[in-house]
Amino acid sequence: MLNEPQTRRSFYINAINALASLIAAAIAIPAAAYLLIRPKGAEDEGLAEVADLNQLKIGKPQEVLYERRRVDGWRKVTEKASTWVVRTDDHSVVAFNPACTHLGCAYHWDGPANHFICPCHSSVFSIDGKVLAGPAPRPLDRYVAKVEAGKILIGSQVDQG
Amino acid sequence: MIRTVLKWFDDRTGLVSAIDYFLEEEIPASAGWHQVFGSVAMFAFLLQVVTGLLMAVNYAPTPGEAWESLRYIVTQVTAGSVIHSLHHWGASAMIIVVVVHMAQTFLWGAYKKPREATWILGVVLLLLTLAFGLSGYLLTWDNRAYWATIVTTRITALAPGGSMLLRVLGTDGNSIGRVTFARFYAAHVTLLPLLMTLLILCHLILVRTHGVTPAPGDEHKPKKKFFPEQVFKDTVAIFLWCVGLACMVAFVKVPLLHVADPTDTSITPRPEWYFLFLFQMLKVFQGPLEFFGAIVLPGLAMGALVMMPFIDRTKLVRIRQRTGAITLVALGAIGWGALTATAVATTPHQIDDESLDDPQAWQLIPASQLAGIGAFRSGHCASCHVLGRSGAGPDLLTAVSVKPSDWLMDHFRKPAADAPESDLPTAQLRALVQLVTKRDENGIEAWKTAPAGPVQGATLYQANQCSTCHTLNKEGGKLGPELNGLRSRHDRAWVLGHFSDPEKYTPGSQMPAFDNLSDPDLATLTDYVLAIPR
Repeated sequence: MLNEPQTRRSFYINAINALASLIAAAIAIPAAAYLLIRPKGAEDEGLAEVADLNQLKIGKPQEVLYERRRVDGWRKVTEKASTWVVRTDDHSVVAFNPACTHLGCAYHWDGPANHFICPCHSSVFSIDGKVLAGPAPRPLDRYVAKVEAGKILIGSQVDQG
Repeated sequence: MIRTVLKWFDDRTGLVSAIDYFLEEEIPASAGWHQVFGSVAMFAFLLQVVTGLLMAVNYAPTPGEAWESLRYIVTQVTAGSVIHSLHHWGASAMIIVVVVHMAQTFLWGAYKKPREATWILGVVLLLLTLAFGLSGYLLTWDNRAYWATIVTTRITALAPGGSMLLRVLGTDGNSIGRVTFARFYAAHVTLLPLLMTLLILCHLILVRTHGVTPAPGDEHKPKKKFFPEQVFKDTVAIFLWCVGLACMVAFVKVPLLHVADPTDTSITPRPEWYFLFLFQMLKVFQGPLEFFGAIVLPGLAMGALVMMPFIDRTKLVRIRQRTGAITLVALGAIGWGALTATAVATTPHQIDDESLDDPQAWQLIPASQLAGIGAFRSGHCASCHVLGRSGAGPDLLTAVSVKPSDWLMDHFRKPAADAPESDLPTAQLRALVQLVTKRDENGIEAWKTAPAGPVQGATLYQANQCSTCHTLNKEGGKLGPELNGLRSRHDRAWVLGHFSDPEKYTPGSQMPAFDNLSDPDLATLTDYVLAIPR
């Protein structure tokens, strides 16, 4: 049996721990949600017209500069962007994210060798984006790409898997 | 195992012993619930640090963008409104507990020898807390913050050396721009937190050095340990303070007005509630007395607070015998309460004017176009003109009509040979002309999405020819005041009443009374004009 001062002491200590944990949780839970859960309102950016289809030749990738609209935090911005566009046939194109899937360097098209090559760590991709060599962990990321009335339209990145 | 690690750590850093040094402090037998406020104040400061850091990761500290990013925190970021609300009401709750802490210290006479330095540091900490409130107030960059800070800097200019201080703050007192904003921000998030942390540490060390103030008679009773009984009481007090704060966060919306507008003449600036008494006092001391009320009197009061331990050098007695101190605190509380209550009572009702959401398309287009949308819908135009694709008639969304308005008016009266004649009144037909010839992106969006209420309101607006005298969304006459942002100037009851008797609300008004409208129509029209943003 505990004597009276000891019971009181352990009551105090338990109460301190319980109240302190409650307060800590009440602060930590909103703080974690605030930092970790994605803010709402990042709506779909829509499609941007980037080039005419007949400017591209089948089998010859071309880097295209265009302006895209994006929600950047509290601002809606129009910013410069680029993409590698490959015309696959008379009616369709594929558009790649211009960053290497390894560490994000800008790769380029090596015409004579007929592949994309990244200058940083020599990752090599085929014309359809597959990894041929080097440390790149996955094929090139793609953007939504459409052809409408002879114009190439580019959207946001296609989710992998 | 844990003990070994702790011992290893303590042998090298001394941190565990340092905490024990505070926990094992011997406190007098009379210590208890009346001495919990210091701990609560310290917790309040820590909470402000945590919520402040969280705000900072989503906040852009420049004028204009500050307000946008704050709106983003409140409306878009998960739990952002909770964090912002905690920081806002936490500041108020911190000031309350700091003042209560000070009143307790004063009542019990704890400032007396040898605790003079602890007391003076405490007064400085109170001033720092108020400086936090003042500097943080501007950082929302909403209209109220802007104007209240203008007034504050003008008062500062009255003080000796005030113009120097204003130069340090980067303003001449006439306007507040990027430089001043940056300095307020720097003070709020770097200088003040550093100073505050440092001085709280000094304050704590002094409290530990001199010990908790005993009551007369304590010397004959055995001492207690700070841990766990007093820690328990402090924790309970902190918990109750948190519950109070949580209630504020849950039930009281943090006011955030529209973005600062230096040209706004309709605003009556008011400081935060804890500065209202100063504001009200300035109304008593006017003209040549202003300097006395704004600078001398607060200066004397602060001086008296700092010098308290040297003014009152009597021996420590029981609180029941400290009638002088009790009277002073009571008088102070009554004076403060009366001034604050008067200020609140005389503050014009602040209309929480701006919705933080982006305005809808229908709120941005001229009333004639919105009325046109109403005519389009009620005139069965959609049976031939299908929005979004070509039907029996052309798709009106794809191109602005280039037909002359005579042709359009005739077409609206008798759309086609086999169609029935339209029974729409001429005003509505004109509205339709406006719509199909003038609409832009917002017009198209509103055409598809505008709700029935506002459309009906705009139709009434058009039918009663409000635009002859009033401008709304850049269309209309200049005889009467512009109606954009009306809701920040008047509330609903005022606008409703004004329609039936303008002269009563605005003496000398040229506006005719619109008592011919039915009550529901008046309500619809009122809701519509009040919904149009600045």
